[in-house]
Amino acid sequence: MPEAVLPRVAVTEAAADMLRHLAATNGPLMFHQSGGCCDGSSPMCYPVGMFRTGGSDVLLGALEVEGIDPVEVYMSRSQFEYWKHTFLTIDIVDGRGSGFSIEAPEGKRFLIRSRLLDDAELEAFGLGAPRIGASGAAGLVGSGLATPGLVAPRLATHGGGDG
Amino acid sequence: MTIIDRPEAEAAQPAAPASSAPTVYANPGTEGSIVTFKPRYDNYIGGRYVPPANGQYFQNPTPITGQVFTEIARGTAADVDAAVEAGWKAFDAWGKTSVAERAVILNKIADRMEQNLELLAVAETWENGKPVRETLAADIPLAIDHFRYFAGCIRAQEGGISELDHDTVAYHFHEPLGVVGQIIPWNFPILMAVWKLAPALAAGNCIVLKPAEQTPASIHVWLELIEDLLPPGVLNIVNGFGIEAGAPLASHPNIRKIAFTGETTTGRLIMQYASENLIPVTLELGGKSPNVFFADVADEKDSFYDKALEGFTFFALNQGEVCTCPSRALVQRSIYDGFVADGLDRVAKVKQGNPLDLSTMIGAQASNDQLEKILSYMDIGKQEGAKLLTGGERADLGGELSGGFYVQPTVFEGRNDMRIFQEEIFGPVLALTSFDDYDDAISIANDTLYGLGAGVWSRNGSQLYRAGRAIQAGRVWSNTYHQYPAHAAFGGYKQSGIGRENHRMMLDHYQQTKNLLVSYADGPMGFF
Repeated sequence: MPEAVLPRVAVTEAAADMLRHLAATNGPLMFHQSGGCCDGSSPMCYPVGMFRTGGSDVLLGALEVEGIDPVEVYMSRSQFEYWKHTFLTIDIVDGRGSGFSIEAPEGKRFLIRSRLLDDAELEAFGLGAPRIGASGAAGLVGSGLATPGLVAPRLATHGGGDG
Repeated sequence: MTIIDRPEAEAAQPAAPASSAPTVYANPGTEGSIVTFKPRYDNYIGGRYVPPANGQYFQNPTPITGQVFTEIARGTAADVDAAVEAGWKAFDAWGKTSVAERAVILNKIADRMEQNLELLAVAETWENGKPVRETLAADIPLAIDHFRYFAGCIRAQEGGISELDHDTVAYHFHEPLGVVGQIIPWNFPILMAVWKLAPALAAGNCIVLKPAEQTPASIHVWLELIEDLLPPGVLNIVNGFGIEAGAPLASHPNIRKIAFTGETTTGRLIMQYASENLIPVTLELGGKSPNVFFADVADEKDSFYDKALEGFTFFALNQGEVCTCPSRALVQRSIYDGFVADGLDRVAKVKQGNPLDLSTMIGAQASNDQLEKILSYMDIGKQEGAKLLTGGERADLGGELSGGFYVQPTVFEGRNDMRIFQEEIFGPVLALTSFDDYDDAISIANDTLYGLGAGVWSRNGSQLYRAGRAIQAGRVWSNTYHQYPAHAAFGGYKQSGIGRENHRMMLDHYQQTKNLLVSYADGPMGFF
């Protein structure tokens, strides 16, 4: 199987600015995507070492943000099963969250924006035939959970995602 | 029509203020308002309000207009330390109070709240954005009843005596844990606090409570009403942000238990901290609750059918900001078209407006980031090909409400593998799909990471029972939904959490078991 080189996560410029700001006082950072209620379904930003990832998690990639260490983005493996056909862009909005994500005191909250993977991406990630989104007729095909590209420690990603 | 269970002595109709009450409550702090927030709230530690150690405050807006109405102490680890210390100072005496004394205090708190129900309801609406008809009929009456319930539970609780043999007896006593930490969500700021406070106080614990940073103020309106009833240090409140106050509380080496309601990543972090300190946790982490309508609900167009249509519409209760929001509707294919058409008619009648207006049924989302998240889910729903049947936009209600965070009740039709069917949006967004038969219904209902709530609707008692047992969720409402009476256990299967609130079994989560193993034998055992 060819090594996937396509990213599946990105970060907007505004979010990247916040990451640089946070890294200046907190050191290297990472994200873990949350599920569930209240502040769920939001990306949680932590200093590296604060949150223990494990075998139940998937590494989606690492955000390359100029001036700071790559920011790894994780999600629980079970949640990823339902998310794997989408490309995620981390953006930022006004707000304050309610978890322990470290940007909250700044009056800002990281937010996930999503788009469907295109055909080339689906193929690259081993996700089989593309779903037929518009008609709603086809289900997800393929079950490539942890393709090699997904667990590679440093996937090339870039800033400036348009969400 | 009962929105949510309330004590029988009270009227079943929502909104029962005195006849002279207005149809629209004045904004708090304005002329004619029943409640005025203070311009600032400090932390409450050791029985008095004290400024935060670092001297910083943060602004608290109302989601109704987006305007700031008070500022709140930005607590940090130093404040948490002081609060935990104050709790331990109080614990020696509080932990030794008789159950009768504690029950009297809980009942007095309930009475005080009842005397101020309207004030608390308006404060809670201003804080959270939910309709005042809900806070009047559900949030505050339920909170009042919760204190009374645990006052009764602790009086009625018994230890155990096990007669091991003629000379040997094992006595089992309940003892409080000590100082416990509680982290409260923002969707029912007062009620969710009370769900945690009442059992912990009844059991004789002292508490450090961290309200949500989105809704940090209404709990202080409550506290001012009941402050004189609790000895100093028994209840301490540290406000602040999760990373600055919540994390230091959850990881504090001198708490004996941590309770949290929220989402999965923070839930994991709380367990991680608890593992470092080897303390117990209770977690309530949300869900993606299925609401299953079998074909026989449409056998007659009677009041049961009407009840089922209300059940369909309950996704909009509290703007969908409920951990058990019935956000997936599963409708049997043979009745799908007609039932969904009638359901959408009912949704169209949901009145959106000023939450302080007694006729308003759906108010404002609790915060801007919540609004943005809901809109981002509508976007991915459309991209995935889900069909928008109604709503789908932010709502601009005009005037001063234009600055508030309002979303139209929204219904998407799609498939259960779409993300809007799998993730808790925490907004008034229904994901609707069909099923063929019983097995199909159960399969779709259980195809989720979560298992907090579920609804089943059927005129066939056997089908109702079997489906309720087959769905992997801690609470299955059967021919009803969104009732939260004390004495019905509430908690999650799967990734929805650990523990059961709202029931006397929650006492166990706030108590140690002391076993005295006593020999009444006169002679030695004979080993040595």
